[in-house]
Amino acid sequence: MRPPPEPLHLIKQRRDRALAVLAEGVPYIRFMGITFDRRGDEVTAVLNYSEKLIGNPLLPALHGGATAGFMEVAAVIELGFHLLWDEVESGRLNADDLTPETLPRMPKTIDFNVDYLRAGLPRDAYARARVNRIGRRYASVHVEAWQDNRHRLFAQATGHFLMPSRDGS
Amino acid sequence: METAKDKAQKTMQFIASLPFSKALQMQPEEIGDGVAVISMPYAAELVGDPASGVIHGGAVSALMDTCGGAAVMSHPNAGAGTATIDLRIDYMRGATPGQRITARAECYHVTRSVAFVRAQAWDEDATRPVAAATGAFTFEQLPQDAS
Repeated sequence: MRPPPEPLHLIKQRRDRALAVLAEGVPYIRFMGITFDRRGDEVTAVLNYSEKLIGNPLLPALHGGATAGFMEVAAVIELGFHLLWDEVESGRLNADDLTPETLPRMPKTIDFNVDYLRAGLPRDAYARARVNRIGRRYASVHVEAWQDNRHRLFAQATGHFLMPSRDGS
Repeated sequence: METAKDKAQKTMQFIASLPFSKALQMQPEEIGDGVAVISMPYAAELVGDPASGVIHGGAVSALMDTCGGAAVMSHPNAGAGTATIDLRIDYMRGATPGQRITARAECYHVTRSVAFVRAQAWDEDATRPVAAATGAFTFEQLPQDAS
């Protein structure tokens, strides 16, 4: 007989925990005011607006460096969640036991290329990253960022990442 | 007519007044003639890898972007402000925790509407860069004065 389906709240709890643990140990993510929304394995990074993110106060517009940092965070968390997802869903890692200290090592950015398509307005911004290629050593990730309209991007980026080695070093 | 010194002074003040630059405690060191040097102290709140204490790449990226913009604004032919069109950063190594990061950007070519910039960043070891960047910025020519 088929085993009964896993209770919904346990599935959500496990996945939310895996995502939360990736971000909660990183001071820079807190400094920027970045949070994450999850639907299944799809993650949306949210840059919660604050005045300190402004570059040009005359316009005013988000600082290009804030936009770049936000998108790099979105890319790394996407990759990290991608890696963690298989471990946690298969039961090899128990999400309840995960802490920032026991987390597997995260990918390192090799390079990051940002296109600024229009000025970032002084309000919340969103980003979604797509892993286009992931191998044993290298990964390539594309990020799209928008504000009011999902199809009117204000920035896009591509980055390459060095994957952590399997023996944990 | 604005002198090169006035322009450098104005750019320094403008950079120091940007809220995000202030939040990262950026300090203009030297600006003028299409070259800018800006530094930023180590800060615990900017750490990207808690295990090593290394600053997040995004903070270095912000320093590079600001420095690139400052280099463009200080170019002798530059008119009003500038905006980044694109910026690519290569991360060579993690900046040593506790050390100040200094970026130097050079606006090495301008056309009527585009400025091309390259930049590097170091921690206190000036022999090994932590990051390098190349970028394109919008450029507005200073109106030719009649004199």
